[in-house]
Amino acid sequence: MWAFLGSDCLFFGSLVATYLVYYGRSKQGPTPHEIFNIPFTSVSTFVLLMSSLAIVLALANLQRGSRRGLAWLGVTVFLGTWFVAGQGYEFSSFVSEGLTIPGSLFGSTFYVLTGFHGAHVTIGLLWLMGLIGKGLKTGATPEFAYNVEYMSLYWHFVDVVWIVIFTVVYLIGAAP
Amino acid sequence: TGLWGWLTTVDHKRIGILYGATAFVYLLIGGFEALLLRIQLFQPNSTFLGADAFNQLFTMHGTTMIFLFVMPLSAAFFNFCVPLMIGARDVAFPRLNAFSYWTFLSGGLLLHASFLFGGAPSVGWFAYANLTSKTHSPGPGVDFWLLALQVLGVASLAAAFNFIVTIVNLRAPGMTLMRMPTFAWMTLVTSFLLVAAFPVITVGLILLMFDRFFGANFYNVAANGDPVLWQHLFWIFGHPEVYILVLPAMGIVSEVLPSFSRKPLFGRPFVIYSGMAIGFLGFGVWAHHMFAVGLGPVADAVFGITTMLIAVPTGVTIFNWLGTLWGGHLNLKTPLYFAVGFIGMFIIGGLSGVMHASPPADLQQTDTYFIVAHFHYVLFGGALMGLFAGVYYWYPKVTGRLLDDRLGQLNFWLLFIGQNLTFFPMHFSGLLGMPRRVYTYGPELQVTSYNQVSTIGAFILGVGMLVFLHNAIVSLRRGEVAGSDPWDAATLEWAIPSPPPAYNFLTLPVVTSSRPLWDQKYPMAAEDGPGGGHGNGQPGQVLAHTPAVTLTREEAHAAPRGQGAGGAVVPPADPHPHPLPAGEGTASSPLPVGEGRGEGPPRSQEEGAHAVPSDGHAHHIHMPSPSFWPPVTAVGILVIASGLLAGYPLAALGAVILLAGIFGWAFEPPA
Amino acid sequence: MIQQPDGGSHVQPDAGTYVRIGVVLSTVTMIEVAAFYMPFLRLVLVPLLLGLAAIKFSLVAMYYMHLKFDPRLLAALFAGGLLVAGSLTIALVALFRNL
Repeated sequence: MWAFLGSDCLFFGSLVATYLVYYGRSKQGPTPHEIFNIPFTSVSTFVLLMSSLAIVLALANLQRGSRRGLAWLGVTVFLGTWFVAGQGYEFSSFVSEGLTIPGSLFGSTFYVLTGFHGAHVTIGLLWLMGLIGKGLKTGATPEFAYNVEYMSLYWHFVDVVWIVIFTVVYLIGAAP
Repeated sequence: TGLWGWLTTVDHKRIGILYGATAFVYLLIGGFEALLLRIQLFQPNSTFLGADAFNQLFTMHGTTMIFLFVMPLSAAFFNFCVPLMIGARDVAFPRLNAFSYWTFLSGGLLLHASFLFGGAPSVGWFAYANLTSKTHSPGPGVDFWLLALQVLGVASLAAAFNFIVTIVNLRAPGMTLMRMPTFAWMTLVTSFLLVAAFPVITVGLILLMFDRFFGANFYNVAANGDPVLWQHLFWIFGHPEVYILVLPAMGIVSEVLPSFSRKPLFGRPFVIYSGMAIGFLGFGVWAHHMFAVGLGPVADAVFGITTMLIAVPTGVTIFNWLGTLWGGHLNLKTPLYFAVGFIGMFIIGGLSGVMHASPPADLQQTDTYFIVAHFHYVLFGGALMGLFAGVYYWYPKVTGRLLDDRLGQLNFWLLFIGQNLTFFPMHFSGLLGMPRRVYTYGPELQVTSYNQVSTIGAFILGVGMLVFLHNAIVSLRRGEVAGSDPWDAATLEWAIPSPPPAYNFLTLPVVTSSRPLWDQKYPMAAEDGPGGGHGNGQPGQVLAHTPAVTLTREEAHAAPRGQGAGGAVVPPADPHPHPLPAGEGTASSPLPVGEGRGEGPPRSQEEGAHAVPSDGHAHHIHMPSPSFWPPVTAVGILVIASGLLAGYPLAALGAVILLAGIFGWAFEPPA
Repeated sequence: MIQQPDGGSHVQPDAGTYVRIGVVLSTVTMIEVAAFYMPFLRLVLVPLLLGLAAIKFSLVAMYYMHLKFDPRLLAALFAGGLLVAGSLTIALVALFRNL
C-alpha cells in the first residue's frame, strides 16, 4: 500500500503541478478569489480531518477486538459522505456561477484536480462500506483489523492530499 | 487444465507464459507494420501507402513494440523467473498478477480495435498536443490510444506493486538484497520506475481525455493552455519508460554472461548500483526530447548535462560485463551470442545517444532518421537482443526442452545482420536531412539507396523472426530434453526441475551466498568473493543442512488476508527432483535446507512449519487456488473503456462488471 | 502484504493521543482560515500556510498512518514518491515560468 501511495503522490503531484503551471493564466471566467467560499470549504476540510480521526479510532478499537470499531467505521463513512456531498454542492454552485470545465483554464484545472480527489474519496467510501459488510460477518478479528489498517492508510492519504489541495488551491489561490 | 485453467490461473509461471506468448504475437504484428512502412520507403515518392495510412502505421508500430512487446516480454521474465530466483513459491499477490495480464491483454485488444472502428491513431506514439485535439484529430483513433494506454498503465502498475512487495518480502531465508540475482534487482528498479513514471503519463492522458471528451482547456492555446505541458508530462514518463524497456534486458545479460563465462558477474555490486543510478537519473533528463521546443538556454544546458551523466553508470555496467567475459571459459551457445550482441549494439546506440545529449548537435539530429537509428539500436540491438538471450536461456526451464542451438545461431545472425542493415544506414540518411514521420521523400535528398538497404535489412529481420518461431514451435516437441540445469548455472531457478512443479521448491532453500546453486555444486571451488562468503566457513556447507526437519512455508500463511491462498494440494508431477551433480546424499529435495540462516534474513514466516516427509512428495504445500475474478475485473475495465468510446450506457455496464469483479475478488473465500 | 516487525515492541499510541492530534489538526485548520482573513499577514501568508499544511501532513502521516513507528522502508517508499513528485512539480513550474 505504501508503494501505491508513493505512486499516487506522483499522480496528484502532476495534477497539482498542472494546476500551478496554469495558475493565473485564465483568460476569462471566474477567478479563485471571486468564486471560492472559504468558510464552506473549511467546514469540509474539518469534516474530512475528523473522518481520519474516526478511522484511527475505529482501528484502535478493532485492534483491541472491540466491535465498537465497526461503529467508528460507520462514522468515517458518514463523515466521508458529508465531505463528498459538500464537494458536489460546491461544484454545482460553481457551475451555476459560471465556472465550467470548458469555460476557462482555471475551470479545467480546478475541476480535474479536485474531482479526482473526490473520486479517490468515493472509492474509499465504497471500500469502507465493503469492509463494514465484511466486518459484520467476521467480527473484530486480527485479520480484519489488518485489513482496516491497510485501508486506513489509503484513507489518510486522501485526507493528506486534501490538506495540500485546500492550502494551495483554496487558501493560497483565493488570497487577493 | 484446459482453457478454463489458463483463464483462471494465478500461477506466476503460467502467467509468465501467457505474457510471453502474447508479446510474441504483438511482435509479429508490430513487425508487420514496420515492413509495410519499409516497403513504402523503399523508393522516393512511393504511392504504396498514403500519408494517413503511413502515419497510422508508424504510430501503431511504435506503440505496439513498446507497450505490447518489450514491456510484456520483460513482464514474462519477471513473472516466470523472479519468484524462482528468490526462492519463493509465487508472487505476493497471485490474483493481482493474473489481473495484470488480463488487463494488459484488454489494453492491447482495445488499441488494435482502432483499426476496425474508424482508424488507428496517426499522431505518433508520443501523440503531441495539439495535433491530438478534437479539432485536429477528429476521428476516434486518439481516443482509442489514450484509453488503451490508461488500461495498459493499470496493468503495469499492478504488476510493479506486486513485484516490489514480492522482492521485498518473499526472498528465501538468507537471501539479503545484495545476494539477490542481478535480474531480480533490475526487476525491482524497473518496478520503481514504473510506479513513479506511469502516474505522470496517466495525468497527461487524463488531461487529454478531458480536452477531447469534455472540452477542457489543458492543451488549448486559445484559452491560454499550453501544448508543451503535454510534452513535459509525456516525457517525464517517456524517458524513465525507455529505462523500463532496457533495464530488464540488462538484467538478463547480467545473468547470461556469468553462466556462459562460468565466472561470477564482475563487480556485481557496481552493476547493481549502476542500475539504481540509471533508474534515478532517468527522471532528470526528460527534456532532452524537447531541445527543439524553445525551453531556453538554461533548461537546455541543465538537461544536456544530466543526460550526459547517465552515460556514466551505463558505461560502468558495460565494463563490468566485459570484465565478466574476460578470462572466462566461454560456452559458445546462442544465449551468449545474443548477450554479446546486446553489448555491441547497445554501445553503438549509446554513442549516438550521447551525441543527441548535446543540444546544439541535437538541433540538427532531432526529428530525423538519426534519432530513429539511435533508438532502434538501443531498443532492437539492446532490449530485444537481451530479451532473446533470455528466451534462449530460460526456454529450457519453462518447457523442459532446449531450443535448437544451430537454429538459434542462424536466428541470431539473421537478426544481427538484419538489424545492422536496417538501422545503420539511418544514421546517414538522418544526417542528410531525411525527416522522421513523413510518408515519403524526394529523390533529390539522395537517401534512396540508404532506404533501400534498410528495407532489405527489415525483411531479413522478418526471416529471422520466422526462424525463431519455427525453432520455438518445433523444439517444444523435438528439442533436446533439458534437465534442471542445462547451462550449469548459479542461481536458484536451475535447482528445480524443468518445467518446475506448481509449487516451485519442494522445500524452500536457505541461502548464504549470491551464487547458491554454484556453491552447492562446486563447494571446493567456493571461495570468499564478491557477493558474500559462506555462513560458516566450511567448504561444502554453504547451504545449512539439517536432514531431519525441513521447514516449509505454507503459502496460506505467506499470502494471508484472503488472497485465495491454499486450496488443492498439488501432487508433484515428478516427485523426485533431478539430483545435483555434487550428489547431495540425504534429502531428495534439490537443495538441503535447514534452520540455520545467513545473517540478516529477510522477514519470513516460519509459522506453519512442519516436517515434509523426506520421500519428496509435496503433501502439504498449499498453493493459491485459481480464481476467475481477476479476468472478470479486467473485462470490466475493458468494457468501461469501450463504453467511453461507444456510448456511456456501455461504460456503466462496465462499471457494474468492474465492481462485481472487485467485490467477488475481495470476498472470495481463502480456499 | 506489509509485514510489521514482530513483537509488540513499538508503542501504540492510544485513543487519547489520536483525539488530541485530531484537536491539533482542527486548531491548525482554524488558524489557517483565520490567517487567510487577516490582511496584515498578506506578505507571509503563502509560507505560513504551506508551513501549517506541512505540519498537518506530518501529523497525519506519522501518527494516523503510523509511519513514526513503522519500518523505515515504508517511510522511504512514501518519502521517495513524495520527493520525486515534489521535485517534478518544482521543475515544471520553473520551466513554465521561465518561458
